[in-house]
Amino acid sequence: MEQIEQRKIDGLWLTVVGIAVLFFLILPTLIVIPMSFSGASFLEFPPTSFSFRWYAAYFTSPEWMSATKTSLIAAIMTTVIATPLGSLCAYGLHCSTPQIRNTVQFLVIMPIVVPVILIAVGVFSLYAKVGLNYTLTGVVIAHTALALPFVIVTVMSGLRNYDFDQELAARSLGASRAVALWTITVPQVKFSIQTGAFLAFITSLDEVVISMLVSGGDNATITRRMFNALRDQLDPTIAAISTCLIVVSVTVLVGVQLIGRRKNIDE
Amino acid sequence: MSTVDTKFIDQSTQNINILKSEERRETITIFGLSLPAVLTILIVVFLPIFWLSSLSFYNAAGELSMENYTRIFNSALYRRTFVVTFQISISVTVICVLLGYPLCYWLCKFPDRTAGVLMVFVLVPFWTSVLVRTYAWLVLLQRNGIINSSLMSLGVIDEPLQLAHNLTGSIIGMVHIMLPFLILPLYATMRGIDTDLVRAALGLGSSPRGAFWRVFFPMSLPGLFAGIVLVFILSLGFFVTPALLGGGRVQMLAQRIESTITVYSNWGAASALGVVLLLLALVMIWLMNRVFSLDKLFMR
Repeated sequence: MEQIEQRKIDGLWLTVVGIAVLFFLILPTLIVIPMSFSGASFLEFPPTSFSFRWYAAYFTSPEWMSATKTSLIAAIMTTVIATPLGSLCAYGLHCSTPQIRNTVQFLVIMPIVVPVILIAVGVFSLYAKVGLNYTLTGVVIAHTALALPFVIVTVMSGLRNYDFDQELAARSLGASRAVALWTITVPQVKFSIQTGAFLAFITSLDEVVISMLVSGGDNATITRRMFNALRDQLDPTIAAISTCLIVVSVTVLVGVQLIGRRKNIDE
Repeated sequence: MSTVDTKFIDQSTQNINILKSEERRETITIFGLSLPAVLTILIVVFLPIFWLSSLSFYNAAGELSMENYTRIFNSALYRRTFVVTFQISISVTVICVLLGYPLCYWLCKFPDRTAGVLMVFVLVPFWTSVLVRTYAWLVLLQRNGIINSSLMSLGVIDEPLQLAHNLTGSIIGMVHIMLPFLILPLYATMRGIDTDLVRAALGLGSSPRGAFWRVFFPMSLPGLFAGIVLVFILSLGFFVTPALLGGGRVQMLAQRIESTITVYSNWGAASALGVVLLLLALVMIWLMNRVFSLDKLFMR
């Protein structure tokens, strides 16, 4: 009897903590959304009046618009470059000997855990030598290097679940390696490649530290401008920008989940 | 007869050699597919870091010396930076474990589908920009923010607490950013635990708490360890949140490196700090890789 009582108390305690932690995670993430529709000229929560004035401020500001454009172009370019390069790399590693695979895989995944500040300072000094600081090209190259590990990891996990004999069968029936790869393997790991592409896009769009050092002037990214703005004051325009960024992230996340679900139904 | 034999053997060795060289060529071609990505990462990420590391062994006059390192360990300013960095990283890691472990355990009690829906509460913050979340905390924690005003209207405090622009604010913000990094590997490991083992322990007369501590908990340790190491490494080198929520009063290692370069242009000192940070991170990555392969974190 005592034990059952004890279990009930433990279970209740666990539920309370579980729900509290989930709210701790989600509420601060979403709180900027109602704030962005506030009509007041200073930050207040909860907002007392409703307006679109901060969205108007965002969309009519030439500085914010140019930064948004830079960030979107950089994110798209990063995705376009990192997705094929990373997918090919994953395929190459998947087909090579276990020794090479393990060593190289460890090496290419490392950027995920190496402190970003070190990568940022390194890239900054490299660019100082070759004149890439404050250019869009520089931002894209750095973001590509940062996004590649995510693409490689997701595509490799896709390849691990794929029956490689199918490609071998196609080749034994006369298809060249390239044709077999493109018509047999790629369609079956499409989901992993798409997930990798989404991750690459978000990685570039949300990246702060490298952009802070390497981007600037007309090519400042939106995160760089936001970081500088937040250092000085709590401008409510940033609530509107943040809401837009959340919408993009959530859309991408939902996209990945939907593709995953469709894939599960297909199987 | 014997000439035919030798000829046959010659022919087959030749064939074997051709096949072998073809196989080698193919292995190289296939590995060549990986090269563009590998080279990009090597040139952009690793090469500059190693070049900068070498800078740390030269003094201002351009001679080989350990000056930069002796200065780091003798200067009170830099020592303070290290103390604050470790203080924050350890607090953040401990709080993440205290919040994350019960959450993962609770989530494991739900069927896969329900738990998947609840995981959205973890994944949405995980994929939301660090800058956006730091901004939210700046607003929540400010002097007349919602936390202070509700505590005051409840009568818990008489005047607003100083929550942002200090150590407390940095820690709260960082826990929020780091928590998903603890939850993801830990939850993946817990989901893989065979709960029949716990039931067996209960059936054999163990108390529920005994079964948890002696059966379930030890099996969840690899995931917990991976999460702890991940949170700790990322905290050691974290820049954005302490820079904004610390309000200039909290100087962690990453900020010190940044200001040493952008404000003082002292590359030698900055790279020495960088080398220390890199070594700390490498040791931990190596430790973690032994128990939990990094790529598992992003598998679904």
